[in-house]
Amino acid sequence: MPKRTDIKAILILGAGPIVIGQACEFDYSGTQACRALREEGYRIILVNSNPATIMTDRELADATYLEPLTPQIVTAIIEKEQPDAILPTVGGQTALDLAIKLDEAGILKKYGVKLIGADVAAINKAEDREKFKAVMDSVGIDTARGGFAQNIESALEMVKNTGFPAIIRPSFTMGGTGGATAYNNEEFRELVAKGLSASPIGEVLIEESLLGWKEFEMEVVRDKNDNAIIICSIENIDPMGVHTGDSVTVAPALTLTDKEYQKMRNWSIKCLRAIGVETGGSNVQFAVDPVNGRMIVIEMNPRVSRSSALASKATGFPIAKIAAKLAVGYLLDELPNEITGKTLAAFEPSIDYIVTKVPRFDFEKFPTADGVLGVQMQSVGEVMSIGRTFKESLQKAFRSLEVGLVGLEPKKVAGRDLDLKKMRFATAFRLLKIWKAFQDGVDIDTLHQITQIDPWFLYQIQELALDPLPKLDSEEIREFKRRGYSDVQLAQRLDKKESEIRAFRIAEGILPTFKEVDTCAAEFPARTSYVYSTYETENEVTALTGKKVMILGGGPNRIGQGLEFDYCCVQAVFGLNELDYKTIMVNCNPETVSTDFDISDRLYFEPLTFENVMNIVDLEQPDGVLVQFGGQTPLNIANRLQEAGVKIIGTNPSAIDLAEDRKKFGAILDDLNIPAPAYGTAFTIEEASVVATEIGYPVLVRPSYVLGGRGMEIVYTEASLKKYVAQAALVSGDHPVLIDAFLEDAFEFDVDALSDGEEVYIGGILQHIEEAGIHSGDSACVIPPYQLLPNHRKHIEAYTRNLAISLKTIGLINIQFAMKDGIIYVLEVNPRASRTVPFISKVTDVPMAKYAAQLAAGKKLSDLNLQREKHSLIAVKKPVFPFNKFPRQNVFLSPEMKSTGEVIGFDTRLGAAFAKAEIGAGNHLPIRGTVFISVNDHDKQNAIDIARDFQEMGFQIMATHGTTEVLRENGLIVQAIHKVNEGRPHVADHIKNGAIQLVINTPMGALAREDEYSIGRAAIRYKIPVITTLSGAKTAIRGIRRLALDDLTVKSLQDIFN
Amino acid sequence: MKKPAILLLENGHHFKGFSLGAIGTSGGEVCFNTSMTGYQEILTDPSYCGQIITMTAPQIGNYGVNPEDIESDKIQASGFIVREASPIHSNYRANQSLDDYLNQAGIVGIQGIDTRSLTRILRDEGAMNGIISSDDLELSSLMQKLELVPEMTGQDLVKEVTCQETWTWVGHNSEHSYRVVALDLGIKHNIIRQLAENDCEVIIVPATTSAEEILTMEPDGVFLSNGPGDPEPVDYAIETVKSLLDKKPIFGICLGHQILSLALGASTYKLKFGHRGGNHPVRNQLSGKVEITSQNHGFAVEPASLPNHLKVTHINLNDETLEGVRCKNRPAFSVQYHPEASPGPHDSRYLFKEFIDMMDTHAKKN
Repeated sequence: MPKRTDIKAILILGAGPIVIGQACEFDYSGTQACRALREEGYRIILVNSNPATIMTDRELADATYLEPLTPQIVTAIIEKEQPDAILPTVGGQTALDLAIKLDEAGILKKYGVKLIGADVAAINKAEDREKFKAVMDSVGIDTARGGFAQNIESALEMVKNTGFPAIIRPSFTMGGTGGATAYNNEEFRELVAKGLSASPIGEVLIEESLLGWKEFEMEVVRDKNDNAIIICSIENIDPMGVHTGDSVTVAPALTLTDKEYQKMRNWSIKCLRAIGVETGGSNVQFAVDPVNGRMIVIEMNPRVSRSSALASKATGFPIAKIAAKLAVGYLLDELPNEITGKTLAAFEPSIDYIVTKVPRFDFEKFPTADGVLGVQMQSVGEVMSIGRTFKESLQKAFRSLEVGLVGLEPKKVAGRDLDLKKMRFATAFRLLKIWKAFQDGVDIDTLHQITQIDPWFLYQIQELALDPLPKLDSEEIREFKRRGYSDVQLAQRLDKKESEIRAFRIAEGILPTFKEVDTCAAEFPARTSYVYSTYETENEVTALTGKKVMILGGGPNRIGQGLEFDYCCVQAVFGLNELDYKTIMVNCNPETVSTDFDISDRLYFEPLTFENVMNIVDLEQPDGVLVQFGGQTPLNIANRLQEAGVKIIGTNPSAIDLAEDRKKFGAILDDLNIPAPAYGTAFTIEEASVVATEIGYPVLVRPSYVLGGRGMEIVYTEASLKKYVAQAALVSGDHPVLIDAFLEDAFEFDVDALSDGEEVYIGGILQHIEEAGIHSGDSACVIPPYQLLPNHRKHIEAYTRNLAISLKTIGLINIQFAMKDGIIYVLEVNPRASRTVPFISKVTDVPMAKYAAQLAAGKKLSDLNLQREKHSLIAVKKPVFPFNKFPRQNVFLSPEMKSTGEVIGFDTRLGAAFAKAEIGAGNHLPIRGTVFISVNDHDKQNAIDIARDFQEMGFQIMATHGTTEVLRENGLIVQAIHKVNEGRPHVADHIKNGAIQLVINTPMGALAREDEYSIGRAAIRYKIPVITTLSGAKTAIRGIRRLALDDLTVKSLQDIFN
Repeated sequence: MKKPAILLLENGHHFKGFSLGAIGTSGGEVCFNTSMTGYQEILTDPSYCGQIITMTAPQIGNYGVNPEDIESDKIQASGFIVREASPIHSNYRANQSLDDYLNQAGIVGIQGIDTRSLTRILRDEGAMNGIISSDDLELSSLMQKLELVPEMTGQDLVKEVTCQETWTWVGHNSEHSYRVVALDLGIKHNIIRQLAENDCEVIIVPATTSAEEILTMEPDGVFLSNGPGDPEPVDYAIETVKSLLDKKPIFGICLGHQILSLALGASTYKLKFGHRGGNHPVRNQLSGKVEITSQNHGFAVEPASLPNHLKVTHINLNDETLEGVRCKNRPAFSVQYHPEASPGPHDSRYLFKEFIDMMDTHAKKN
């Protein structure tokens, strides 16, 4: 069946900002869908509020809307663009939910738009627990035993069926609170009674406990001729009870017999049919009781998911791309398998390697999170690795994480005692603890009892843990390499340097062999560009011919380094392709566009370690290596690569280091006559006191050699300085603590520029809405600046030029400035890609990263003839935070970055742009109601005008007693309420009662914030926006005014720039 | 602990690894299977008689072996090659490790070699003879032994695997609606199980059983089983089938398909490296639907040789080889692949129902 001709224009819904549980895998799937459908000749309309995505590059669609993903905005887009169909299955849960809302609101019907790739009835059946269970029952698929009970009698009847332990979940409680496990009848009665009263509809779900069951996933693709194929099976090493996104997983499933596997396969396909997923990809999750093999379906996702991105990378089968083509009517046997080039997409990949995915957590950013993994996802990124054996794959994965691990072993082997009992809780590095336990002599049975991890996996870890010390002998080193040991691991065991192991290996001919990911286990010759390293006898990969440049990617996503850097890497590929370079991508993040094998001429799915990168360099001999796009990751090894003779192109890594070196950099600033905040360094508490007193409080303190603002704090008093230094010493060891003057109440700016070493192009100046002292990644920003005098702009531009040239920048440079009392200060310089590059590129229509790669390859700025489009638009970048995942965390912003992603608000008016950014970030800016104001003494003066504006707009005002006093004195009508520690009802009670719609609460120096914590927690749970700066409040007023007018309009990038 | 072993191929290429299973020397045609699960079913499939199997999936033996997942009463392969065999087994049904299982059956295997490299050799140069040894690591003497391993083409391997005497499958039911005589060319148990599940009494007869003998059993239909090697030397079975045509509904699988095609006047040829695995896409030409199939064959029916009265019903989407035929004027059909799977996907189980339907129709006519 050919593609549908009744459809001409398709609207693709993106996933919006990166949040925990929904990350850049949807840029990967969305980008694939755009490309796949565009090449079929459809007119593509795309909407996504995330400016850091590749998919929102305007080359990828015919009409690209950087707009919030809400029914209202999307309706405006539908009205304007008149699409025939909407593809809601490649934008995660966000897109699916949005499609349902559009349907419910009658918009689809009104405008005659069809959903393709999924239908509403199917989505509802899949998402509603009760309906899903009923459908599965009707086709004979087993699900967890249990059901819904409205009273204790029926609950007791149900528990006969579920047995103990039984899970009790009250229906419709906020955030699923009140779930509990009962181990006996007495406890059960008690918990059911509690649950019934906790549920607003007096209902509880009683279910059998699946703790300790094995967990699997199947990725299924189905076409409209009812052809269904399994792309990949995935097995979770962590048993049931840990979110699959937080589990270490392997592909293919390794502990299933064919009988079990085929049953799972049959059920997966049956499940898709029963739910009614007519075309596209879905994911079906299973639990298997290891004791008797009983198998149940847990849930299914009728859309492309994180797991399908992983499955695509694990097999080489591009699920999103194929799903998009199936959605417009193609059949699987009409589409080619692009990896082999000869066979068709109608087949099931067979893989001859083991894929391991390990999640990456950032708990250190959220010190109050307890680190125990559960059913709610907490990881912020992941790595994938490929090896010929599980051991090799597992070791590669752990060293891909970039947390200082060199393989599957803890950093410090000796010294720490294990608490075996605690190991029953899954934690981020439990496999390392298991390794250690094996070293301590614990046996498999014991660890299986504690962790419920399948003995097969435990055995593999035990073998690694009990590997004897190697001898420096050719055969033995080869065997260790085959088990995935890195040169560093071997060096540590042999008391040698990594370079000595490498030299020994090369001398002995123990070299990695590169193998293709070919979807077919070598059954057919493939024309794949997707490869990995292992230690086997045959190397299949020969160096690319012609001019070629290698790009080092960004590794796992983490807070502070995510999608933005992948965007830059992919742009670099595009830029180099234009200059007829071949590109070699090295990365280990399965969620990304850069690891789509379609992007570069060759993809090495490898850890970004010195050893692995050098192995590739040895084979490929690239003409240059680019390290400025992948964030901190490539920079960690850039110097060593250069020392090893690798040609780094673009800005020299030494310049990047120079900008980090306080002294040398200070000298440059002095030379160029550029002001910077006073600074000093200290090794001891005493030194710190002296330096801080000299500089004057408040000061910004941070440990050196810790990146991404880790451990950075603003300190107001000597006492807190001392406390800080004492703690920081623990963090950074022998390194000094850096102390900077903190420019309180300054405005901050971010500048991204391009340089060829002689000339400089300033991409854009972003002004932060939040005050100085908040990490630039966490601050809402505006471009163009909303408060900048021409002579200040001149200073910023001149400083940027001078700094770029004196650092011999070739490519991108990012500079942060602060303006206080009319003086422009330089805060930080990073001569490399920054988080703001994609944002500025989108807004100015100048793809800076692409040009940066061309400059690094030898082009001059004069060749590029860059001209910024003149337009009158204002763009606001608004970060989104994972606080709802860490409910005990305070919501105040600080110099340490905590946001996971960002959205853009794009409009001709600042108020509208800000409102869109807020909406896009999921914040509900109220247009009426009550605003609660609590400001510190410093802010009291300025809070008066803000309160007055709110009052004039018709808001009621509540305030703390101190703030109330000031406001009342100035003629405002204010209701005074208690702080949390002043008695009840207090502010958190009012929030919970729905009496407050907006919170303006500015932090108070470094004082204890228990009160603010509870406000923050309540606000998150009840989805009340919290504004923590007065400049933020001022902009919010503009946004609210605009929202009150209800006249938000939409414009595509193509409309703006063509 | 680890005993060295060697694999030597006919083309002179050799791989050094470690022994798996029994210590000894064993030759055969080296082939590869791309199934990611089901090694026990594969090892016990009589179609692998005379062959050394390489699994392309690298971690084999993880779930051990159990008394149920067998396709015949013993291991049929002459050797086994894996990247890494698991010394431990983890599954609630398992009662033995793979290594013990092979050892007990005296099957020689090798592990720790670059099985992907081996697969690429077989893919590029075609299936070839090879020899595994863990007691003779001398290449020159191994080469001599290898030369004694017979070529697959022209050999009648069916007589090695067919049953000696007629027997009847004891299933769950004693009452059946249909009686099927299965000509045992190396039959897999799961075919019998599938027939039994479809309400058939299954009488398994030796490959040399004549048409007359079969007809005296008064079957509703005759089944031609899978089996090893080259179909052409199995002339006695071809003759039997010729005599059964028109008399009884016939359903053939794999070697049975080739035998039926030969009996109808088509010819067969040897594939370069065969189809062995569980992911081969086959299009049903009648419904247009794609089935993911389980396959295991080194020979195939030549499409150009098909007589007019044979209709092509199934095509392999990977290489467009013939996967199924049906007589236009007689109750007979066959498929090259394995609808009974085991191991492999269950997409094609409907074919057993079609056989039942054919028996029903035939019964009504007569």
